[in-house]
Amino acid sequence: MAKVLVVTSGKGGVGKTTSTAALGAALAQTGQNVAVVDFDVGLRNLDLVMGAERRVVYDLINVTQGDAKLSQALIRDKRIDTLHLLPASQTRDKDALTEEGVAKVMEELRAKFDWVICDSPAGIERGAWLAMRHADVAVVVTNPEVSSVRDSDRIIGLLDSKTLKAERGERMDKHLLLTRYETGRAERGEMLKVDDVLEILSIPLLGIIPESEEVLRASNLGTPVTLSNPNSAPAKAYADAAKRLMGESVTMMVPQNKRSFFGMLFGRKAA
Amino acid sequence: MSISAPPRTSIRFRGRSFLALVLAPEAPLEQWLEQFDAWAAQSPGFFVGRPVVLDVTGLGLDKPALAKLVSDLHDRSVRLMGIEGSDPSTCGLGLPPSLSGGRSTGVADVLDAQAAAAAPAPAVARKQGDALVIEGAVRSGQVIIHPEGDVIVAGSVGSGAEIVAGGSIHVYGTLRGRAIAGTTGAAKSRIFCKKFEAELVAIDGLYKTADAMKPELRSRAVQAWLEGDAIIMAAMD
Repeated sequence: MAKVLVVTSGKGGVGKTTSTAALGAALAQTGQNVAVVDFDVGLRNLDLVMGAERRVVYDLINVTQGDAKLSQALIRDKRIDTLHLLPASQTRDKDALTEEGVAKVMEELRAKFDWVICDSPAGIERGAWLAMRHADVAVVVTNPEVSSVRDSDRIIGLLDSKTLKAERGERMDKHLLLTRYETGRAERGEMLKVDDVLEILSIPLLGIIPESEEVLRASNLGTPVTLSNPNSAPAKAYADAAKRLMGESVTMMVPQNKRSFFGMLFGRKAA
Repeated sequence: MSISAPPRTSIRFRGRSFLALVLAPEAPLEQWLEQFDAWAAQSPGFFVGRPVVLDVTGLGLDKPALAKLVSDLHDRSVRLMGIEGSDPSTCGLGLPPSLSGGRSTGVADVLDAQAAAAAPAPAVARKQGDALVIEGAVRSGQVIIHPEGDVIVAGSVGSGAEIVAGGSIHVYGTLRGRAIAGTTGAAKSRIFCKKFEAELVAIDGLYKTADAMKPELRSRAVQAWLEGDAIIMAAMD
C-alpha cells in the first residue's frame, strides 16, 4: 500500500524542496518505487533540483484538468529507474489546482507507487493545504531558528485539523526534519538547540541535516544531495532519515564539526 | 400582443445574530466623555467596524440629551446599532432603535468572533462539566474560546496561540502564547502554568505583555491573579 508523504514547513527557504529530492532519491535507491510531486504551482523548483527541467512536457495542472495522462507527465529519473517526478506548472497559479483534480491524481499515484512525496509550497494557503490534504505522513522541515519553529508549530496545527486523515478522526503521523543545523553555533546560543526545538514542537525527530555547502552544490548541479555525494554528512543524514521513514531504527547522530568531535573524544576519555 | 405581469416573488427575511460591545456611560456625561477620550487616545480605532450598543439605563436622559450623546459618540467614530434601557418615547426617527432582551457575554467573544471563525478547530477538545479539557498541544494560530468556565490544557500552548476562558486557565506544559482568563468578569480567575514563557496574560480585561513581566519568572512554574487593578505574578516552585 502506497504511502503519501507531504514535506511542509510554513516558512519558505528552510529546505522543503531540497529535502523532498534528497529523501525521494534515498528511498528510491533502496528499490522503492517513488514519485516526487511539486505542488508549488507558479514557482516550481523541484524540476531544477532533480535536474529534469529540460524534460518537462506536461505538468500537474495538465493532469488534474485532464489535458494529459499521468503517465505522460511523469518524468523518470535518468540515474535511478524507480524515481519519478511530477512537475508543477510554472505559468499557472495555485488557483488552477482543484480539490477534485488533486484527489484524482493522488489516487492514481497511490496505485502506481510505494511512496508519493508531495513538495508543499510555503505558506498556509490553498497550495499548502492541497499538498497536505491527502497525506498519510508529514515531514515538517524546520531550521533551528525561532520564526521557522513558530511557523512549523502553525503547520502542525493545520496537519491535525485540515487534512483528510484528521477529518476522519485519525492521527496524522508527523516527523521533524531539522535542517541547516550547526552544532557549534547552537552551543554558542546563536541557534536553537535540537532539544529546544523538540521541546517546542513535541513531535518525533526524523533527522538532523547539518549545514553544508554540499547541499547548495548539489542543487546547482541538479542532483539530489543523496546522489551527488553519498558520503557527505548531509547525504548520510538524509539516507538515515529515509531508513527511519521505512521503519528501520537508526541511531540519531547529532552533527559535529571536526574540532568538537575531537573535544568529545577527549571529553569521553577524561570521564 | 399581451404583456404578462412579472411573477411576484415574496420578500424573504432572514435572522442574523451579532455580538455587540456595550457602552454604558455614567453621569455626569461630560466627565465620562473626557475619560472616554483619554482611553480612546490609547486605543485608536478600537470601535471602527465593531457593532456597539449604548446602554443608558438609569441615566434618565430626555430626547434632546440622548440625541446629543449619540452625536457626541458619532464624533468619536462610535457607530451605534441600538440603544438599550431607554424610554421608548425618547427614541424615534433619527436615533438608533431601542433594543431589549440582550444576553451578556464576554468582551473577548466579541473581539475574537472574527478570529474564531477563521481559526482551525482545536486538536481534541472534550467538555467536562464546566471546564474545557484540551488533550494535546495548542498550536500557533489556534484559538480556544470557552466563556463558560475554566480551560485546562494538558500540553503546551504555542507562541501565537490564544486561550480565552470565562474562568481560570491551567496549562500543564509551557505557556508561550496568550492566556486571557476571566473574560466574563470573573475577577477571581487565575492563570497557572508549568513553564512560563507567555506573550500576554490577561484577567478580567486587565492585561500584561511579556515586556512588562519580571524576567526572573521566565521558564518557571507561575501563577497569575488579580489584586485590585493589578495583575500579580509569582513563581510556584
